This record gives sequence, C-alpha cells and structure tokens, in this order.
Amino acid sequence: MNQIQKNKFKFLIGGMVALGMVVALITYALRQNISLYYTPAQIIAKQAPKNTLIRAGGMVVSNSIERSKKSLQVSFLLTDYQQTMQVHYQGILPDLFRDGQGVVVRGYVNNQNVFEAQEVLAKHDENYMPPEVRKSLQGNKP
Amino acid sequence: MIGAQLGFILLCLAMALVLTALVRWQSGDLLVLTRLACGLVCGAFLCLVGCFLTNSFAVAYVLKNSSTLLPWYYKLCAVWGGHEGSVLLWAMLLSVWTLAFSVQTTDMERLFAQRALTVLLVVKLGLLSFIIFTSNPFILQFQELNSIGKDLNPLLQDPGFLLHPPLLYFGYVGFAVPFAFAMAALWSGEFSNQNIKLLKPWVLLAWSCLTLGITLGSWWAYRELGWGGFWFWDPVENASIMPWLVGTALLHALIVSQKQATFLAWSILLAVTAFALSLIGTFLVRSGVLTSVHAFAVDPKRGLFILVFLIAMISWAYGLYLFKAHKLLVTKPMYWFSRESSILINNLILFVMMLVVLIGTLYPLIVDGLGFGKLSVGAPYFNTVMLPMLLIFLLFMGLAIHLHWQQDSLSRVMKKVLVPFILSIVGAYLLLKGLFGEINWLTCMIVALAMWVLASLMLSLYCQRGRPKKANYWAMWIAHSGFAFSIIGIAVSSGYGIEKDLKMQPHESVSIAQHQVRFIKEQSIMGANYHGALVEFSLDERTAIYPEKRIYNVGNMVMTDAAVDANLVRDIYIALGEPLNSQAWAVRVYYKPLIRWIWFGGVLMFLGGVSALYHYRRHWWLNA
Repeated sequence: MNQIQKNKFKFLIGGMVALGMVVALITYALRQNISLYYTPAQIIAKQAPKNTLIRAGGMVVSNSIERSKKSLQVSFLLTDYQQTMQVHYQGILPDLFRDGQGVVVRGYVNNQNVFEAQEVLAKHDENYMPPEVRKSLQGNKP
Repeated sequence: MIGAQLGFILLCLAMALVLTALVRWQSGDLLVLTRLACGLVCGAFLCLVGCFLTNSFAVAYVLKNSSTLLPWYYKLCAVWGGHEGSVLLWAMLLSVWTLAFSVQTTDMERLFAQRALTVLLVVKLGLLSFIIFTSNPFILQFQELNSIGKDLNPLLQDPGFLLHPPLLYFGYVGFAVPFAFAMAALWSGEFSNQNIKLLKPWVLLAWSCLTLGITLGSWWAYRELGWGGFWFWDPVENASIMPWLVGTALLHALIVSQKQATFLAWSILLAVTAFALSLIGTFLVRSGVLTSVHAFAVDPKRGLFILVFLIAMISWAYGLYLFKAHKLLVTKPMYWFSRESSILINNLILFVMMLVVLIGTLYPLIVDGLGFGKLSVGAPYFNTVMLPMLLIFLLFMGLAIHLHWQQDSLSRVMKKVLVPFILSIVGAYLLLKGLFGEINWLTCMIVALAMWVLASLMLSLYCQRGRPKKANYWAMWIAHSGFAFSIIGIAVSSGYGIEKDLKMQPHESVSIAQHQVRFIKEQSIMGANYHGALVEFSLDERTAIYPEKRIYNVGNMVMTDAAVDANLVRDIYIALGEPLNSQAWAVRVYYKPLIRWIWFGGVLMFLGGVSALYHYRRHWWLNA
C-alpha cells in the first residue's frame, strides 16, 4: 500500500467506527425512551407490561376526580367505555383536564394495576381528541 | 366576500401563468411571467388579510379563526393561525423570494438562471395546486352569517406569534433558492465560483431568519405554553431544527467550496436536503399526521396530496443528484489536520444530528404505518444522542478558526490554544462553583467547551490585533459567540434549574434557590375577550409577580398565563395550576438560571448572519 491508500484506509476505518458508535447510541437511546400506547381495556386485561414507561388514553370518568386535601396528589378514573382504570398523579393538571375530556397519560402500571402517571396531556382545543384516543374509542359507545 | 372571490381568481390566474411560464421556460417571457405570477399570489394573500380585517365571516376560514372581539393585530396573526392560511403564507413568501431572486438573475449566465427559475416555478406549481384543490382559504359558507366568529386559539394570541411564524416560514421557504441553485447546477453539470458567490447571501438570509424564527418560537413556548420549557422536541420544533442544522452545515460548506472544489458535491447535497427538510417540516408534520401541539386538522385528501407532492419533489431532487452529481465530484486528498477537515467533521456532525432528529420524529410514524402499534419517542432520546455529538462539535468549533487552510501542524496549534483551553475548563468550574456552590459534572463539561469556543474567539481577536478585518470575520465572531451563549444557557438552565409544584394559599411562602416567593392575594380580572383570576406573589418581599388564569369567552377555553421575574442571571417563573379548595391554588414555581442566555445567543446568531450580509450589499444595489 502506498501512502495515499494507507490514508484512505485509515479514514475508512475511522469513519466506520464513528458510524458504528452513532448507530449504537441511537439504538440504545431509542430503546430506552419509546413508550407504547395501551388502552384501559388492555391494561386491565394485564396485556401491558408492568413498571415500564407506557402511555394510555381514554376519557376521564365524570365525578371521578379526587384531590387530596394536603398535597397535589390527585386520582381519577380513565375509561375506553369497555374497561375503567384508576390513575394516580402528583402535580398540576393541564388546563383542559376535566370530566369527559379525552386525555393521554404517560407513566407506569404498578403491581396493583393502578396507573402511576408522570405526565397528563390534554390538548388545547375543545374539539380536539388525541388521535390515539379517537382511534381506540372507535366502535366503543359511551 | 368580494375579497375572497377576487383572491381565489388571483390564485387561479397565478396558476395559469406558472403553467405557461413552465411550458415556455426557454423563452424570453419567463422572467415577466414569473414576476407576474408572484405578484398575483401576493395579491391573493392581501385579499385574505383584507377578509380578516373586515370580519368577512362569510369566508369559512375567517369564521373559524377570527372574531370581532380580536384586536386588529391578532386578526393579522389569525391569517396564518390555521392550515389554509399558513399554506397561503408559504406560497406568498415563496413568491417574495422568487421575485428577489429574479432581480439577481440579470447577473447570471442566462441558461443557468432560466433553469433555476424553472425549479422555483415547479415548487410553486405544486404549492398552488395544493392550495386550490385541497386547502382553499377562500371557501364561502352561508350557515352562520350573524356570528361573531369562533376566535383565534388563545395560545396564539401573543405578540411572539405575530413574528414567529412569518419569520420561520421565511427561513424555510428561503431554502428554496439554494435548492434552485443546486438543481440548476446539477442540471447543467457545473457550478461556477461566480454562482457560489451569488448563492451565499441567499443561504445567509434564509438561515438568519430561520434562526430568529426558532429563537422567537422557543421564547413563545416558554411564556405561553405555560410550563416553562424552552424546547420540547415536539415534531414541529424538530421540523424547524432540521433545516437549521443542514443550513448551518451548508453555510460553512459553501465557504470551503469557494476554495476547494472537493466540497462542491457535498454542498449541493446539503442545499437539496435543506429544502427537502423544509418541505417535510411544513407539510408532513403540519398536516397532523404526527401527534403534535401544532397539528392542524387532519384531512385524508390533504395527506395524500402532501405525500405525493413530497415523494415527487424528493425523488426528483435526489434522482437528479444521483445521476448528475458525479460531474461535480472532484476528489483530491485532504490533509487530516486543516481548517477544511475540521469544518468537514462539524459538517458531518450537523448532518448526523439532523438524521438523529429525523429518525426520532419519523420513527413513531413508520412504526404506526407498519401496524406495530402507537408509540412515542421521548425527549431523553434526543438529549442522550445529541450530547456527545455536541461536545465534539464544540471542540472543533473552537479549534477550526485557528487552523490554516490545506495543512497545519498539530504542535503549532497546540502551543497556541493549550492555555486558553485549560483556562476555559478552570473558568467553567469556578463559574459554576461561584454561582451555585456545587458542581454538576455534565453541565460543567458542556459549559467548559462552550467557554472554550468563546476563549478561542478572544484568542483569534488577540492574534489578529492591528490587522484590518473584514465584515465576514466579525459576522463569524458574533454568530459563534451567540451559539456558545445559547449552549451555556441551555446547559445551565437544564442542569441547575429547580421546579416546584405546590399547593399554596394566601400568606404562605416557599423558598427556592435562596429566594422567597410569597402568595399575597387573589383577585378577579376582566379582559377584552376573556375573564379570569390573577394572583399576586411577592419575590423576596420586593418585586411582585402576577400570574393569571384566563377563560376566553369564545369557546370557553382555559389558559395559563405565566408570569416571570427575569434578569440576566436567573428567571423566577410562576404559573397557576387550578384553584383548589378554600382560596388555595396549585402553583408551579421555577428557578431557571441563565435561561435568558438561550434567546440572547439566538439573537446574536441572527445578527451575525445579517452582518455577514452587509458584505454583499454593494453587489445587490448594483444589480437593482
């Protein structure tokens, strides 16, 4: 090999190593940070993995919102009109969170099959329904 | 109503003109036809503006996005508050860019100019037919005539929104001109130095506007979305950062291209990609295919049109690249330690960063499309992958400006930069220790490298003392320091920020990072188109902070209006959650150190870009 070929070879190896590292990093980070979507019915039927970050969506059941007297602890029921599950959350609820509103929660299902939410999302539009919720509610009648 | 009809007629006429121009692209009328078509599209946009200002609720789009209660400047905002209007804004801005470009064509070789204009016209044709066939903002309705309008989404009723979308779009659309250059270059199989010189100001202008647009958007999200974040890795934000990353790479690749023909093919790829990403950004993401805060209504016809348009444009562009780029390909060995090799490394990092964002944004879409279920990619994905790349990027960013072109020696540069490099690490440590008393090592590492960029800029100023400097040098200096400031702001506010969610009632106080925040009292408020509650807080018993909760009259929408006590060193940010029992509120209190630096840096980057344009002013006036 002459000098130029040697240099090319070095660049090639360097490039491959860098590329490999980037791909590894991306795969690792993707794996850690994706959250799959489940419906309350799936969660009650224990089809969702426990203690893994997932999302769930449905309608907030009327008059099910209970606030703690002392802290920002709140609990409510989420339904897809087939099954209803309990959600616990600590913190501030979004502005459009209310009875009968479609919401998406992100968090973990604990061993009692209660959803411990880290985040509650409700969109800023009266007519808005998160697409996942709309899709999973199709066919189910209130 | 007449305005609406006139607007639609103008659009159709413009479309007819564009078609004629495309058929006769080699003739002498191309320029006239193009300019006329551009003028008509601008006219149509003005018609829509007129409809909004005169409350013509017979136009369905106006009814949906405006109300008589809105002040006039928010009516202006409402023009691009929905899908149809924002696409028309896109088309209008494309016309403005095309018009400006048509002035420059007198300076170019005739065939090259014709080809570039043709490319712009093809883009415009796609856009106009998209508007006319699927997203016509001028459709009339006769069901609700005595309405006061359904009002603009209160989130968008913000002065930031007056400037943010037009600027952002101006930047996005601006990459159409480099795209036209690149396509014309591929078409003719050559890209002269003269044309590179002519292209540079366009990239600069588009990039500057995009930078300012993103900065404003981040500032708007911080204040208006209510929860104090400056960046959410939301699909629409990603859509704006991707062309920015590639645009930044393009800007630097063009500088090298003027000296080294080896960079030509790469620059062209970047120019094509930047515009392809702008298209993906505006159409794929905005169409609501992805779940997003910004998504407008979903309509399957639109989705299909967008998909076909995107695939056609992208396969045209990359197909041409695939078959023609070899004509522009120049291979020459590059020395591993030189300014251009450093720029190339950072170019590659920027490109990979873009791919990372693209993967994270499209992954849920692809998985869903294949029927594997709904998933979402969280923000930590982006942060994890970006961080190591950012560190290397900053290292080379500081290094590159001290390197010679073509070849340099490692030992010479080491001798020069070692002291500032060590100083910046020590400086970062001392700064964080002094400000916060403790060290967050990750933050410290980023801040150290950002300070290294600043130190290296100082060093370069010192080395060049007494020598005359070009406007370009100062532009680089300002923009690079702006980037470093932004990074410091991001690192410190994320690393040292404190967030507290609490239940608070009158006279209760909370301490956050050596500040006392006290709940004083609640009162009710009444605005032009909303009512609600306002709570007075005091900060350290001196300054008052007034966050609000608003309920908008039309549509009964609830909005959090956060309030901030800001200075250069920190923000204290208070947002109201919901009223709880007996006068108590759920309250979120944030302490965000150095967060202003993020936007300050963004503005500096913008100013840097604009001052580089100063260099071209004479060429421009000569042409006009």
